[in-house]
Amino acid sequence: MPTIRIPTPLRQFTGGNAEVPVSGDTVNAALSDLATRHPDLRKHLYSDTGELRAFVNVFLGQDDVRHLQGVNTVLKENDQLRIVP
Amino acid sequence: MSIALEHIDPNSVDLSHEEIKRYSRHLIMPEVGMKGQKKLKAASVLLIGTGGLGSPLAMYLAAAGVGRIGLVDYDVVDASNLQRQVVHGTSTVGKLKVESGKERILDILDIARPYDIIIDGTDNFPTRYLVNDVCVLLKKPNVYGSIFRFEGQASVFWAEHGPCYRCLFPEPPPPGLVPSCAEGGVFGVLPGTIGTIQATEAIKLIIGVGDSLIGRLMLYDALDMTFDTVKLKKNPNCLVCSPNPKITELIDYEQFCGMPMNDHQDEIGSGEGWDITVQELEQKIKTNSGVKNFRLIDVREEHEWEIAHIEGAQLIPLGTLAARMNELDSAQEIVLQCKSGARSGRALDLLRGAGFRKIKNLKGGIMAWANQIDPSLPVY
Repeated sequence: MPTIRIPTPLRQFTGGNAEVPVSGDTVNAALSDLATRHPDLRKHLYSDTGELRAFVNVFLGQDDVRHLQGVNTVLKENDQLRIVP
Repeated sequence: MSIALEHIDPNSVDLSHEEIKRYSRHLIMPEVGMKGQKKLKAASVLLIGTGGLGSPLAMYLAAAGVGRIGLVDYDVVDASNLQRQVVHGTSTVGKLKVESGKERILDILDIARPYDIIIDGTDNFPTRYLVNDVCVLLKKPNVYGSIFRFEGQASVFWAEHGPCYRCLFPEPPPPGLVPSCAEGGVFGVLPGTIGTIQATEAIKLIIGVGDSLIGRLMLYDALDMTFDTVKLKKNPNCLVCSPNPKITELIDYEQFCGMPMNDHQDEIGSGEGWDITVQELEQKIKTNSGVKNFRLIDVREEHEWEIAHIEGAQLIPLGTLAARMNELDSAQEIVLQCKSGARSGRALDLLRGAGFRKIKNLKGGIMAWANQIDPSLPVY
């Protein structure tokens, strides 16, 4: 299962968890699963039109997913995503 | 590959015998040597913010022999600063952090122009964008650091050689999402770690050694004791550092971020008509012989409740309010309260959005209550 590393300011919405295991084989699916598990996070990650907010930087390993295939970047089983606000 | 500030001329200064003795542990390292130490003496660094990050920065940069250090801060020393701001002490509480604290921010371009390096030791988003834009416009390196609770970040933003702060953060987070250190707290040693990393990066740039943090963001977690770095790239559409920038002069940063350029958030929160003063609340409690016929909801965190709380209040932390709204009755009058009024202002907005109308925000929060009504409560 891929995991998402949650930065301190957003942990208030994940029950204090710093790392959340998610299901999904793309960045988009993983973030969407995160927002489903922790609904209070959704409005902080996505705009009203469903776009990922501009201040939300998502890294896969060391790379900004904007420089990979964006939210369509494919994830492997043990990949670690990280949100950097 | 090392990146150095090429214009710093080591031959413009000399080292005295006293200085040679003082810096001998630098001088015997080939990476520094006489040339590097003279560059440090010839260099000038501007520190924006002289708080948690600025303290170790100022001390280590001065100790390392940087010839000229400028300090910018608007604030006075508060007792709650002393747990981490190690250049200040009990005897200086209430005094201006720097003499230049009165300098108007509009003069910042002129203030920054003569310095070789600008260091961002600030604690709020508007000033970070300001420092970034100043550095991009003046083509100077911005040694960046930020801290929150147990986590810190550091990087070197230098548009001439790599990305700038806006490449990574085109927009600030919405007001209220990322609390200030005053609101969210900060682990006392953390600014020491991050500030020291910033000092390291500044000195590396001056003497021209090692791999700079340009193009990398260092992420430090004090609880896990992990240092991770992620790669940063220039944003080809960056508003300030791309070939066709939209921002070519300084803007109104408080307006851009929707928040003030400081960590005093007492004035944020509800609008006109939604406030209740601590005196009015005291009167209300007297009239009702206690917190009766209305609710007093404290939206701080449990660990803050343990420091102090107002008798009769009920704790519903802001993060849980949306889920616990069903515990509140919109027909009943509700007074919302936090530490200083910012979070309860957001709670008020949340409840207003849900149709609540008989709601008030306690102006100044429990800090105002402790200062003006009940001095037996501690101020934190």
